[in-house]
Amino acid sequence: MLIRRPPDLVPSDITPQEVYARRREFIKAAGGLALGAGLGLDALPAAAQGKATTMKLFGVKESPLSTGEKKNSRQEITEYNNFYEFGTDKADPAQFAHTLVTRPWTVAVEGAVNKPRVFDIDELMKLAPLEERIYRMRCVEGWSMVIPWVGYPLAELIRRVEPTGNAKYIEYDTLADPRQMPGVRSRVLDWPYVEGLRLDEAMHPLTLLCVGLYGETLPNQCGAPVRVVVPWKYGFKSGKSIVRIRFVEKEPRTAWNKAAPREYGFYSNVNPDVDHPRWSQATERRIGEFSKRKTTLFNGYADQVARLYAGMDLKKSF
Amino acid sequence: MSFAPTPRALGRIKAALFVLALVPLARLVAAAFTGGLGVNPIEFVTRSTGTWTLSLLLITLAVTPLRRVTGWNWLIRLRRMLGLFAFFYACLHFTTYVWLDQFFDPAAIVKDVVKRPFITVGFSAFVLLIPLAATSTHAMVRRLGGKAWQRLHYLVYLIATLGVVHYWWLVKKDVTQPMLFAAALAVLLGYRVVHQLRNLSPRSGAPACGRR
Ligand code: HEM
Repeated sequence: MLIRRPPDLVPSDITPQEVYARRREFIKAAGGLALGAGLGLDALPAAAQGKATTMKLFGVKESPLSTGEKKNSRQEITEYNNFYEFGTDKADPAQFAHTLVTRPWTVAVEGAVNKPRVFDIDELMKLAPLEERIYRMRCVEGWSMVIPWVGYPLAELIRRVEPTGNAKYIEYDTLADPRQMPGVRSRVLDWPYVEGLRLDEAMHPLTLLCVGLYGETLPNQCGAPVRVVVPWKYGFKSGKSIVRIRFVEKEPRTAWNKAAPREYGFYSNVNPDVDHPRWSQATERRIGEFSKRKTTLFNGYADQVARLYAGMDLKKSF
Repeated sequence: MSFAPTPRALGRIKAALFVLALVPLARLVAAAFTGGLGVNPIEFVTRSTGTWTLSLLLITLAVTPLRRVTGWNWLIRLRRMLGLFAFFYACLHFTTYVWLDQFFDPAAIVKDVVKRPFITVGFSAFVLLIPLAATSTHAMVRRLGGKAWQRLHYLVYLIATLGVVHYWWLVKKDVTQPMLFAAALAVLLGYRVVHQLRNLSPRSGAPACGRR
């Protein structure tokens, strides 16, 4: 809530002391966020929870790529998360992710690119116009949600760093800081959490660099301050709280693939015909619904993405 | 310190245990009416009933060691109720699956039981529990004869093991919980092995509580 004012006026002059004090406290809680008014960010306390703080995002455009399906509630989206850095129970992230410090935050973009760079999060948020993308999200565990993300195509970032001819894949790392992330102290996975995409998948217009949810900045448990969203793949491909993006020549070894190669392939496209040993992938439970739904190939995005896999055996490259 | 309750006191203990064993169910029902089942209520119910099935199986298996250690032989009179409650929660667990997960689709259930190893194992455990529950009455013990009844009821060791394997195989990566159950089961089964060996060994002194 930093509004441009004549410099000789101090905020306390025009704001009742009590409100002023609370506001200072809030800004402190937000991690000393330096918000430019031009960035279109305004400080608003998070809806219900006192812990994690999110802020309204302005100037967010609608997108024709959004689904018209009924959205899951903010509560459903923020209280049922897989984010092993904060614990393996789906209620853990909502409870423990408030310790994540999202400012300052940088994302290093490196590897096979002509213009490797470290982006500051505030710069990253202004890199391209923000859009709301309402996507289906299908978890490998057999449940799904409809989520209104905010972000812009990852391709916008990729173009700016100019991948070289050797860049065939990208891999992106989640922060792995045991001081902020209690789950990282246990060895459930080989930290940091690495996920990756083939370059053409990463460049696809559906692939999102995501900075928001429900018109506000991302809640910590959903991968603040910046994450990837790939709606036609199982949810674990959509890495959260990204600190590094690397352009590489070889297929990356990703976190779940390393943990159980026969269960989680590199592609992990949503596919009702390729079962996981633990979960049938033919059906799914949409959170909030009683009956199950049939799962669709590429999570219903086949029209847009099937061509990426032309000629591939999806049962082998699962 | 041999404590033995009067028949009336034992009746009261049994009644209290009966109520206690219904608490998990009561809490589930209460949570269902107050929105306490979380974002994915069906998963919550499946997990809660599964956890209580396995817990009650292990509690049932703890009766004999506890009896031997304390010398409280009357504890054995609580065992049948505990075992039947394990079966009760298994039925709730199975019903949740058949109804809320598979919606009474026999073809889907058969396919699932055959295809997913953790379901195969859980299903086997459940099927094996049925004859034990069916032969739990005094009349059935008499009809089978003590020896045959005992031999049949040794199946509970297998069932509990299958239950732990079922849990182990269904978690994605974090095996902490199934490991705790596995450790508890190992202690309970290990106790029996040691006890048997001691009784067989000619050099051992007179076993404290006999073989039953
Ligand atoms: C004696 C028999 C059984 C025992 C002891 C048992 C025990 C358990 C336990 C401990 C859990 C995990 C709870 C948790 O995550 O906290 C569980 C989950 C589950 N069980 Fe069983 N179970 C038995 C039989 C069955 C049967 C017969 C079926 C279905 C045919 C079944 C299907 C499931 C399912 C679907 C889950 C949930 C998996 C998930 O949420 O990912 N179980 N069971």
